[in-house]
Amino acid sequence: MDRRLTAYLLRRVALAGVMLFGLVCMTFVIANVAPNDPAALAAGPDAGRSQIEQARRDYGLDRPLPEQFWRYVSGLARGELGRSIATGRSVGQDLARYFPATLELCLLAMLIGLSVGVPLGVLSALMKDRWVDHLTRIFAVSGIALPPFWFGLLLQLTFATALGWLPTSGRLSVMTEPPDPITGLLLTDALLRGQWGVFGEGLSYILLPAIVLSFPCLASILRVNRAEMVEALRADYVMSAQAHGVNPWRIVCVHALRNAMLPTLAIIGLRWGWMMSSTVLVETVFDWPGIGLYAVSSAIAGDFKPVMGVTLIIGLNFMAANLIVDLLYGVLDPRLREG
Amino acid sequence: MTPLLAIQDYRLAFDGFDGTAHVLDGIDLQLRAGDTLGVVGESGCGKSVLARSLLRLNPSPPARVVSGQIRFEAEDVLAMPPARLRALRGRRIAMIFQDPASHLNPLLSIGTQMEDAIRGQDSATGRSRPRHAARAHAAALLSAVGLGDAPRLLASHPHQLSGGMRQRVLIAMALAGDPALLVADEPTTALDVTVQAQVLALIAELVRARGLTLMLISHDLGVIAAACARTVVMYAGNIVEDAPTAALLARPLHPYTKGLLAAVPELDRPDIRPRGIPGGIPSLRAPPPGCRFHPRCDRATALCAAEKPALREAIPGRTVACHHAEA
Amino acid sequence: MGRKFRLALWLLSRSFASMLGIALVVSIVTLALIGPWIVPYPDHVAGGIDLANKLQPPSAAHWFGTDEVGLDILTRVIIGARVSLLVGVAITLSAAAIGVPLGILAGLLGGPVREAIMRLTDLFLSVPGLVLAIALVAALGAGIVNAMIALILVWWPGYVRLAESKALSIRSEPYIEAARVAGASTARILWRHVLPNSLSPLIVKMSMDIGQAILAVASLGFLGLGARPPTPEWGAMISIARGYLPEWWWYAIFPGAFIYAAVLGFNLLGDGLRDILDPKSNRG
Repeated sequence: MDRRLTAYLLRRVALAGVMLFGLVCMTFVIANVAPNDPAALAAGPDAGRSQIEQARRDYGLDRPLPEQFWRYVSGLARGELGRSIATGRSVGQDLARYFPATLELCLLAMLIGLSVGVPLGVLSALMKDRWVDHLTRIFAVSGIALPPFWFGLLLQLTFATALGWLPTSGRLSVMTEPPDPITGLLLTDALLRGQWGVFGEGLSYILLPAIVLSFPCLASILRVNRAEMVEALRADYVMSAQAHGVNPWRIVCVHALRNAMLPTLAIIGLRWGWMMSSTVLVETVFDWPGIGLYAVSSAIAGDFKPVMGVTLIIGLNFMAANLIVDLLYGVLDPRLREG
Repeated sequence: MTPLLAIQDYRLAFDGFDGTAHVLDGIDLQLRAGDTLGVVGESGCGKSVLARSLLRLNPSPPARVVSGQIRFEAEDVLAMPPARLRALRGRRIAMIFQDPASHLNPLLSIGTQMEDAIRGQDSATGRSRPRHAARAHAAALLSAVGLGDAPRLLASHPHQLSGGMRQRVLIAMALAGDPALLVADEPTTALDVTVQAQVLALIAELVRARGLTLMLISHDLGVIAAACARTVVMYAGNIVEDAPTAALLARPLHPYTKGLLAAVPELDRPDIRPRGIPGGIPSLRAPPPGCRFHPRCDRATALCAAEKPALREAIPGRTVACHHAEA
Repeated sequence: MGRKFRLALWLLSRSFASMLGIALVVSIVTLALIGPWIVPYPDHVAGGIDLANKLQPPSAAHWFGTDEVGLDILTRVIIGARVSLLVGVAITLSAAAIGVPLGILAGLLGGPVREAIMRLTDLFLSVPGLVLAIALVAALGAGIVNAMIALILVWWPGYVRLAESKALSIRSEPYIEAARVAGASTARILWRHVLPNSLSPLIVKMSMDIGQAILAVASLGFLGLGARPPTPEWGAMISIARGYLPEWWWYAIFPGAFIYAAVLGFNLLGDGLRDILDPKSNRG
């Protein structure tokens, strides 16, 4: 790898580090502007004044703010995110338990978004201003406008209740033994262990939530890809490739699409974080045991530490995705490689 | 003998919100094999649009053929099915463009782009050759345009090359299909002056060595004089004069050609100030009636505003579209 | 009429999607304005109980059926348009009112002021809005006012970005240099040059954001973190209705359809406006 690319990567990583610290500060500030007394929450609903004061001392909430901040940060560095009141486990343990389910859901949704969004974007760019293009445009705006929770309910009513093709909610039937974890991703584990039946069942459970979750992302990818393809197909290099008699398929799928994919990539980075945040809606609708459902049930219970943990995880994912996209840019665009 | 290229009463319009622009207004032009033709005119006169029409490269919409025919080797280009069109592009007519930087794909290596052109030619002719053979052919083409160190060049990306090198690469790609006609649309305009001369010399040399027919588009009469035996002058979508280059330079017949020549500064006669042509190019959405040049012409009469002059043979071997051009 | 305006109208009327957007927005706004006077059961607006009529399917008397306490769903959905539109517009306007001045300030002043404002903005944008809003609501407590505050807090940074980039690009335009040299004050430059030039992308963004804010409020309502019953808020209605699926499907279907129509309308309108006013901006 050449030096400039390395420098570019290092700069990106450093920036992500600064942002991460900022995120930690922000969660701390949010936690401390809360009008609810965290000590009262921690002590439980029936606690008396002395028990609340005891909890305040136990949790170090009587210390000055800078000291509390230091304890918070150093705790985070050790992976300590506090304790969930509802589950009684540490937030770190809970997240480790729930995150793979969310990751699996998001990965599949992203796969759907890409494999449908990119071809549709190309198609509607090729058919610009024809009826296919108008249809995909309305479809794309719908994807962003459809309330995920309502869309999820509609799909449940149609495919689970009315047609009976797919299960309503959950990750696997209670009767089915999940495969022994290897990656934590149920579908992958089932494949790796050769449990085809479990794989099929898992797929039937994940399909509806993944489709709902993929929709806004699919729509975004479709729109950006269409706009960029329209631009690329008008570019001089496409005209000269045509003049040189290059195969038309190759012009569309390689010469134009490669250029259109760079901005599409940036949208994928953004969408990854947004997708994770809409798991709070989709997982609620489909009872999917991931961090979204965990965050919502904790937030309703006023249980603050898990919400902060989920915020951190999703923020981290968002930054990681944008970082990966930046790195991919560096690899894919030869002009960036040499500054 | 049938001409290599015959354009007859070709009219092309661009449709837009403000109305229809009549960009090409009845072009008649013939080219025999071995001709070297220069097309000169101000920017916006339609010369690039004409060049692209030969390969049907004008995006449609907005472009719309109103009437006319373009025949290449007696085959109607405008009626070609897609497969024939592909066999035409690059293999029978090749084209190079003004700005080599934007006409090469920034994300693909030179090797990939050249191989794509070569393999495109192969598949259009039903031939197939393995990738390494295509690469070897690419290297041979590069050396034919005077570029050495092919392996390194093929692995590099456009932004790593100089403007002159990029234009040479595009010329090499244009040669990939061994075309009969080379259309060069302002091939030197975007280049440094010193490089301009080299690229022009290269084109002239390739034309001579390979027996190519050349159509060179330029706004610069000097460039055309250096490479072309015959010149047509375009004004606002019309061909106004068609003559051997030397004769045209020595004795322009059309008032516009005269104006064009007077506007060229003469380096060895600094005492003669170049003169511009008064007025500007007309709107193609609402062009002046009759001769499109008459509002700017000092010899215009009522006839010029009423009737469009046809191209007529004023002197044997020379045609001109002017009511008042005397032999 | 100026040529630009006619061109805009021509482009807008040519696009089916834009016309659909305008139609939807006009309908929703009309419903919100005249809602209280046209609803079939005005006494169901504030809540109440009519258990004899609970969970009735759609009929001539109750077009959209009734809910679990016997309230007319059509009435509640129409009043919901008022709630959602008001909240959506309020969030968008407040976010713009915070973000735009900060952005223009950052773009025009540059230096450490810009650094500080922009880093703060980046920080807020580093967490997806919905999650941040949930964290804020969890801290502030559930309820529609807190949900609005939370959404305003996550929404303003987008306007800083927009205004800053506009101000920055305008600042380097030659005519601003010329105005500066001619002795125009900063305030005058702002008023005469920067604002008019930022208006197109601002209008586009605000149109889109009203839709997205309506969706976000409904989302928080659905999760039980926003509006609480008996407030007739669409998301909160679906949250309750979910417990009555699949038998009493109409209860969830109609409020959701209205959310969809409203958000779709504002998005299509914004999308159409963007194509006309601001064709170069990126499409997310």
